[in-house]
Amino acid sequence: MPVYALNPGYKGERMDRVENFHGNQIVYVGWDEHRMFCAAKAFPLPPSMPFAAVIENIMPEAFGQHPEFSQINWETAEWLLDGEPFKPQLEASLEAQGVGHKSMVRFKTPELQGFQNAGV
Amino acid sequence: MSKVYIALQDNDESRYIVEAIEESNPDSTVIHQPAMIRIEREGRLVIERAVVEEKMGRDWDVQELHINLITLGGNVDEDDDQFVLEWKQ
Amino acid sequence: MAAKKLNIKDKYRLLTRDLDWDFSYEDRKQAFPYEEFEGIKITDWNKWEDPFRLTMDSYWKYQAEKEKKLYAIFDAFSQNNGHLNVVDSRYVNALKLFLTGVSPLEYQAYQGFAHVGRQFSGVGARVACQMQSLDELRHVQTQIHAMSHYNKFFDGFQEFSHMHDRVWYLSVPRSFFCDARSAGPFEFMVAIGFSFEYVLTNLLFVPFMSGAAHNGDMATVTFGFSAQSDEARHMTLGLEVIKFLLEQHEDNVPIVQKWIDKWFWRGTRLLTIVAMMMDYMLPNKVMSWKEAWEVYFEEAGGALFKDLARYGIRMPKYAETIEKEKEHISHQAWWTFYTHGHAAGFHTWIPSDKELDWLSAQYPDTFDKYYRPLWELAKEQEAKGERFYTSGLPQLCQTCQIPMLFTEMDNPNQNSMRDSVFEDERYHFCSDGCKDIFDEEPEKYVQSWLPVHQIFQGNCGGPGVEDVLSDYYKMNVGVDNMDIKGSPDEKRWNEWKGIA
Repeated sequence: MPVYALNPGYKGERMDRVENFHGNQIVYVGWDEHRMFCAAKAFPLPPSMPFAAVIENIMPEAFGQHPEFSQINWETAEWLLDGEPFKPQLEASLEAQGVGHKSMVRFKTPELQGFQNAGV
Repeated sequence: MSKVYIALQDNDESRYIVEAIEESNPDSTVIHQPAMIRIEREGRLVIERAVVEEKMGRDWDVQELHINLITLGGNVDEDDDQFVLEWKQ
Repeated sequence: MAAKKLNIKDKYRLLTRDLDWDFSYEDRKQAFPYEEFEGIKITDWNKWEDPFRLTMDSYWKYQAEKEKKLYAIFDAFSQNNGHLNVVDSRYVNALKLFLTGVSPLEYQAYQGFAHVGRQFSGVGARVACQMQSLDELRHVQTQIHAMSHYNKFFDGFQEFSHMHDRVWYLSVPRSFFCDARSAGPFEFMVAIGFSFEYVLTNLLFVPFMSGAAHNGDMATVTFGFSAQSDEARHMTLGLEVIKFLLEQHEDNVPIVQKWIDKWFWRGTRLLTIVAMMMDYMLPNKVMSWKEAWEVYFEEAGGALFKDLARYGIRMPKYAETIEKEKEHISHQAWWTFYTHGHAAGFHTWIPSDKELDWLSAQYPDTFDKYYRPLWELAKEQEAKGERFYTSGLPQLCQTCQIPMLFTEMDNPNQNSMRDSVFEDERYHFCSDGCKDIFDEEPEKYVQSWLPVHQIFQGNCGGPGVEDVLSDYYKMNVGVDNMDIKGSPDEKRWNEWKGIA
C-alpha cells in the first residue's frame, strides 16, 4: 500500500519534481571515502551541461577545499552513476548520458586515501 | 530475569524513599549520579507506604512519588499501600 | 459521620470510567472516525488499565506542587545570575539546540496527544492522553521560561520558534513529529507514547540532564527532571498502550511490530543530535553516548522486549546496526555541525586535547582510527587561518531529512547511500531503515520538505546562503553562527569572568 490514509486514493504532493527547479535538475556528487565532507553534495544543474563542465566547475566548488583535491587524476577515477559503474563522456550532456534529476554521481580515487590515509 | 529500575531526584524527600526501598528490597543496587539516584533490582522492586512513612515520620501518599520521580523501567502496579515495578520474564 | 475516603482504585473508576456515556442517537463510529482505518482491532476498551490510576483531581494537585518547586528554583537561578555558574560559554550552545530543536517538539506532542485524546473511543485512554497533553504543554512553557534567562545574556535563543519551522537541521525533529501526528491515532501512540517515551526520551532527559547538573546549569536540570517526573507516567502509558493493543487482537501484532520497527529507527536517527550534545557539547562529562545507549537502550530496552516476547513482538528491525552505530554517530554529527558552523544557529568548536583524549578512552575501537584524524585536519586548517567551513549544500535523506552523513558499518569510511525509484522519480536514503519506511508509504514521504531542495527551488529567499540565513531563518549572521572562537558570546563570557 503506498500510504495508510483515511480516504482511499490519497496522493501526496511531489515536492521535488524537476519542474520546480527552474530549468535545472538536482545532481548529487560524492567523493568516496573522503569524510572531510560529511555527506555528498547537491547541485542544481542544467540537464544540457556537458560532463566536462561538472569536472571543471562543480567538482572544485564541491571538493576543492580538500588537501588532496589538486592530486586527483580524473583519468583514473572510478565512477558510479545511481549505483552502477559509469564512464563519463566529457563532451556529452548530463541528460544524454543518463544523469537525470536527483541522480547520484560518485567517484573513487584509489591512489588517494585521504588525510593521514584515514579516509578523511 | 531482567532488571527493573527507578530513578529519583536527589533531594531530601528522595533520601527517605531510597532508604525505604533499600529496606523493602534487600539486594537492590543504589547508584548515585549527578542530581539523581538510580536504584536497580532483578525482576521486582516495591516501595511500601508504611516503610516510607516510618522513614519520613509523616503520612505519605504513594502518588506523592510522582513529584520526585525521574524515570523507571518495568511494569507498574500501584495501589494505596504500595508501588510495584516488575518484569514477568 | 465523616465521609469515607475512597481508595485509589474506586476513585479511578468513578473519576475516569464513570465519565463516559453511551451513544443513544449518534453512531459511535461516526463520533470516532479515526479508529479503524489503520487496521487495528479493539474488541473491548474496558480492558484498558492505567497502572498509576491517576485521576484529574490528584493530577492537578501534584502538578501544582511540581510547578511551585520548579518556579522557586527559576527565581533563585535568575536572581543569583545562575548563568555565570555554568562551566563555560560553550555549554550554552547545547541549550540553544535544545530550545530550537526539542522544546517545540513538546508543543507538537501536546497537539498530538490532544488530538488522539479526542479520537479514542475508550475513556481510560482518553483521560490518560488528556493528562499527557497537558504535561507536554507544561514542558514547553517551563523550558521557554527557563531559557528566557539565557536569552538575556547569550545569542541564538531569540527566534527559536521561527527557526524550528525553517532551519535546515531543525527540519529533522520537526518532520519526525509531523510524521507521527499525520499518522492515525494508534500509530501515533506507538510512535510517541511507546517508542519515543518509553525508551528514547530517557536518553535525552536522564543522562543529558544529569550532565546539565554536572555543568553547573541549575535551571536546565530542574526543568529537565520536572518534565521527566511526568515522563515516568508517559512511559507507563506507552507500555500500557502496547500491551493493550497486543492483547486485544492477534491481527494487531504484525501492525504494531511494523510501527515499532519504523519508530525505533526514526527515533534512533533523531537522537543523533543528543548523542552529539552529550559527547561534544557538555564540557564536564557524565557518561559517553555509547554508555548511555547501553544503559537506556540495550539494557532497559532489552528487558522491555524480552517482556513483550510473550505477545510475539521481537526487537526492532536493524537493532544490530543500531548497536554498531553507537560508536560512530556522535562524532559524525559534530563533524557535520562543525563543518557547517557558518549555517548553524549556535557555535561550534574543535574539542580540546583533553576532550579528544576522553573520546579516545570512551571509544577505543573507533575514535582514534576514524575520528581523531578529522580533528587533526581541522586543527591544521585553523592554524593556517582557514577554519574549515564546507562549501555547498549536503544531500539529505528523504525520510529522516538528516544530511547523508552516516557510514556503512562494515566500512565506516564510506557514507551509506540507498535509493528507491517511485513513479519515475528517484529518492535517496541514509540507511536501509529509512529506505524501508519510504518504501512502505511512498505517498507520504514524497511530501518531505527538504530544506536543501527548497532553497534551490527559491522558496527560502536568497539568492545566497547568507541571505537565507539572515532573512529566511532570522539568524544574526556573524553573531549567532560561526566558531565560538571570536564570537560575541565568548567575548562577553571572558569579560564577566575576567579572562584576558
